[in-house]
Amino acid sequence: MAAHASFPGLGRRHLLGAALVAGALPAQAQARGGTLVISIIPEPSSLVSAFNTAAPLTLISPKFLEGLLSYDFDLAPRPHLATAWEVAPDGKAITFRLRRGVKWHDGQDFTSADVAFSFMEILKKLHPRGRSVLAPVTAAETPDAHTVILRLAHPAPAIMSALSSAESPILPRHIYEGSDPLANPRNNNPIGTGPFKLVQWQRGNFIELARNPDYWDAGKPYLDRLIVRSFTDAGARAAAFERGELHLASTTPVPLAEVERFRKNPNFVVEERGEELNNTMDIVEFNLRHPMLGKREVRQAMRHAINFEAMIRVVWAGLARPLISPIPATLAKFHSADVPLYPFDVARANAMLDAAGAARAQGGTRFKLRLDLPAINEVYAREAEFIRQSMRQVGIDVEIRISDVPSFIRRVYGEYDFDLSLIPASATADPTIGLQRFYDSKAIRKGAPFVNASGYAEPEMDAVLDAAAVEPDEGRRRALFGKFQQIAMRDLPLFPMALPTSLTLASSKVHDFMLGPEGMRDPGANIWMDG
Amino acid sequence: MADPARSGVDGRPWLRFLARRLGVALVIVVGIAVVNFFLLHLAPGDAADAIAGEAGTGDPEFLAALRRRMGLDQPLPVQLGYFLWRLASFDLGYSHRYGQSVASLILERLPATLLLMATSIALAVAGGVALGVTAARFAHTRLDRAISLAVLFLYATPVFWVGLMMILLFSVKLGWLPTGGLYDVSLGLRGLAHAGDVALHLVLPALTQAFFFLAVYTRLVRASMLEVLGMDYIRFARAKGLSEIRVAFRHALRNALLPLVTMVGMNVGTFLGGAVLGETVFSWPGIGRLMFDAVFQRDLNLLLSILVLSSVFVVLANLAVDILYVVINPNAELR
Repeated sequence: MAAHASFPGLGRRHLLGAALVAGALPAQAQARGGTLVISIIPEPSSLVSAFNTAAPLTLISPKFLEGLLSYDFDLAPRPHLATAWEVAPDGKAITFRLRRGVKWHDGQDFTSADVAFSFMEILKKLHPRGRSVLAPVTAAETPDAHTVILRLAHPAPAIMSALSSAESPILPRHIYEGSDPLANPRNNNPIGTGPFKLVQWQRGNFIELARNPDYWDAGKPYLDRLIVRSFTDAGARAAAFERGELHLASTTPVPLAEVERFRKNPNFVVEERGEELNNTMDIVEFNLRHPMLGKREVRQAMRHAINFEAMIRVVWAGLARPLISPIPATLAKFHSADVPLYPFDVARANAMLDAAGAARAQGGTRFKLRLDLPAINEVYAREAEFIRQSMRQVGIDVEIRISDVPSFIRRVYGEYDFDLSLIPASATADPTIGLQRFYDSKAIRKGAPFVNASGYAEPEMDAVLDAAAVEPDEGRRRALFGKFQQIAMRDLPLFPMALPTSLTLASSKVHDFMLGPEGMRDPGANIWMDG
Repeated sequence: MADPARSGVDGRPWLRFLARRLGVALVIVVGIAVVNFFLLHLAPGDAADAIAGEAGTGDPEFLAALRRRMGLDQPLPVQLGYFLWRLASFDLGYSHRYGQSVASLILERLPATLLLMATSIALAVAGGVALGVTAARFAHTRLDRAISLAVLFLYATPVFWVGLMMILLFSVKLGWLPTGGLYDVSLGLRGLAHAGDVALHLVLPALTQAFFFLAVYTRLVRASMLEVLGMDYIRFARAKGLSEIRVAFRHALRNALLPLVTMVGMNVGTFLGGAVLGETVFSWPGIGRLMFDAVFQRDLNLLLSILVLSSVFVVLANLAVDILYVVINPNAELR
C-alpha cells in the first residue's frame, strides 16, 4: 500500500500498489550467492534491446536495463521502475510515479529526465516496434524528478502492455544524449539500473555478469554471478545440462525428442510458462493476388483440409497448442471461442473447391502453389511438409521453397513473390501491437517485413481494428476483438497454425526463475540457487 | 641452375623468389576480394533485411535509415571502392550488427581458431604419418587392413556426429572432459591451471577436427610410401644392411612426405574456414562460426574481411609449403 500513500494527488481507480508483488513470491527461504550458468540461443549481437528486438537481446538486456513495469500472469501491470501509474479518464495521458533511490550503475541518480529521454528520443524513434506502438505519444512531461506524464494524441491502451524491461528499457540520458545512440559503445557494456553489471564479454564464448551491490531492491539479486554461454548445438546443450555445466535456458533449448527424458528426470524442471507477453505462433499467410487464393471459399476449403490435431502430434511431438483464432487462448482477456470453425473434413474441402471453380485437371491436380518459409529450424521444414501432404489430398500441389531469412524477407515482403508463406508471428500481449499489422489494409507496405503481405483489404476489418486501438474501455475493447476474430476466421487471409510451446529447462537447484509472463526476459533479481 | 638457389649463400635468388611470389599473392588476394564482393552481393536481401528478420519487425523508413547508416544505399561500384580503399589502408571497417570494429571482432576469435587449427593439424599429421608408415610397412597384412578399415570409418563419418558421440561418451558417460567452450569461466582459474583447463577443453574439438584429415593423410602416406619403397635406392639402402626402421623413416619417408606437405598446405584454408561444424558442436569461439553467422546476417563487410584474411593465410601457407619442399627435398628448385 506504500505506493498509494506516495500518490495522494491521483484518483484510486487505476492505481495499483507495490504490495501486489509480495503476493506473487513463494514463501521459501532464498539463499544468497552462487554462480548461475544460463544459455541464450543464439548469442546476442549486442546487450541493449532498445534498437533491436531479436529474442536473444530481449533475454540479456533486462539484466542490465529495466522498464517501468512488470506483469503478472494475467498480464496485469506490476510496479517496477514505476511504483504507481494512472491513465487519465479520457485515455489521453498516462502518469507514472517513479521509484525513488534508484541509481544507474555509474552512481548517477535515475530520474524522470531519463524516462522522458528514453521515450521521446530512443523508443519512439529507434525501437523497431516502438516506432508504431508509441506513435500516439506526443510529449513526455516531467513535473518533478519522480513523475513522468506521457501525453497521447488519442487513447492507446496497447501502450500499457508494452512497458516491460525487455520491450521498453529505460536508458540513461547522460550516457546517450548528444551522440548517435545506435553507435554508442555502451550498447555492448550497458549502464543500467538492473540487478547485474557486465564483467566481461568474450564473443562466441561467454558473457560474465556480476551482482550489482547497489540494486534498488535491497538484498537482491540473490546470485553473485551470472554466466551466459551460447552452446550452439541443441544436442551439446542437452549434454551440458546433464553434466551440470548449464543450469537454465529458455526457448526449448534441447531437441524435442529429448524433452520427455528431461521431464522424467528429477534433477530438472521443465516449465511451459514465460511466453505470455510474446505469444509467438506459426501462421501461413496467403497471397490474395493469386487468382485461386483470392477466393475466400478456396481458403476456407484449404483450412478444412488440414488435420491440426495430427499436425501438432507429428510436427511438434505434441508440444504446441492448437489455434482456432489469431488471438491464442493464452491471451485470455482478448481470446474468443465464438468464431467460425473448420473441422478436418477432406470430402467437404474437395466439394468446396469444386464449387469454387477449382476443377481437377488430368492427374487430379487442381492448381499449384509455392510455399515459402525461412530456414529457421527443422521443425519449420516438417510443418511445411505436413501442409504439402494435406494439400495433396485435395488436389493442390504445393512446392516448398526454403531460403535464409534475408532472402525470404526480400522475396515475400520486397517482391510479393510467394503464394503461401509460413512465418513465426508474435501476437504479443496486445492484438493492436501484434496482430493489426497482418490484417489492417493500411499495413500493406511493400518492403516492410512481417506486416500485411497478403494484400487483404476489408473495410469492416479496418474499422474494427481502428476502433479497438483507441478504445479505452477494456470490456468494449474485448468485444471489438471478438468481432475481429470472427472476421479474421471468416475471411482467412492467413491461417493461424499452432502456438508452439516454448519450454524453459532448469536444473532443480535453480529457483524462482519463472515468476511472471516475462519468464527469462525478467531482470533476474529473484533467481536463487541451492548452496 | 639448381645450385645457387639451393645454397642460399648469396641471398638474392631467395629474395627474388619471395618478391615475385608476394607480388603474385597480392594480385590473388585483391582478385579474391573483388570476386567475393560481387558473389556475396548476388545473395538476395541485405543486412537491413537480416536485422528486420531478427527483430521481427521494421517499417520501410526504419530500414532505409539502417541502409543509409551502413552505406548500403550507395551504388555497388562505390561500395566496392570504399571496401578496397579500406583494405589498402588496413582498416577493416565497422560491423553495425555487433557495434564493434571488424578487426577487433576477428582478433578476439583468432587465438582460439589458431589454437584449434594448429593442434588438429599436428594431430592429423602425426597420426597420419604413424599410421600410414605402419600400414605401408605391413602392407596387405591384417594390420594394414585394420588400419584401412578404421581410417575409412573416420573418413566417412560426419564431423558433427563424431563430435556429439564423443561428447556423450567422454563428457556425459565418463565425465572426463567438458562438453564445450574454450574454458570454464565459472572456475575463475589463472596461470597454469587456466592453461590446463583450456587444454582439457581442446581435446575433444581437436580430435574431432583432426579425424577426417588424419584419415586422408594416412591413405596418402601409405600410398606414397608403397611407391617409394619399391624404388631402386631403397633396395640399395636395404642391401647396405640398414635396418627396416631406418630405411622407412630416414630414406623412404622423406620422399613420401612431399605429397603430404602439398595436401596439408591446401587444407589450411579448410581448417580455418571449414571448422564451422566442429565449432558449433563444441561451442568453440572461433572464426568459422563468426563467418557462418555473418553469412546469415548479411554482414558483408565482416564476411569479406574474414574471406580476405583467410585468403592471405592460404597464400602464405602455400608459400611456406614451397619453401618446405626445398628443405625436405634438396633437389627441388625455388621458382
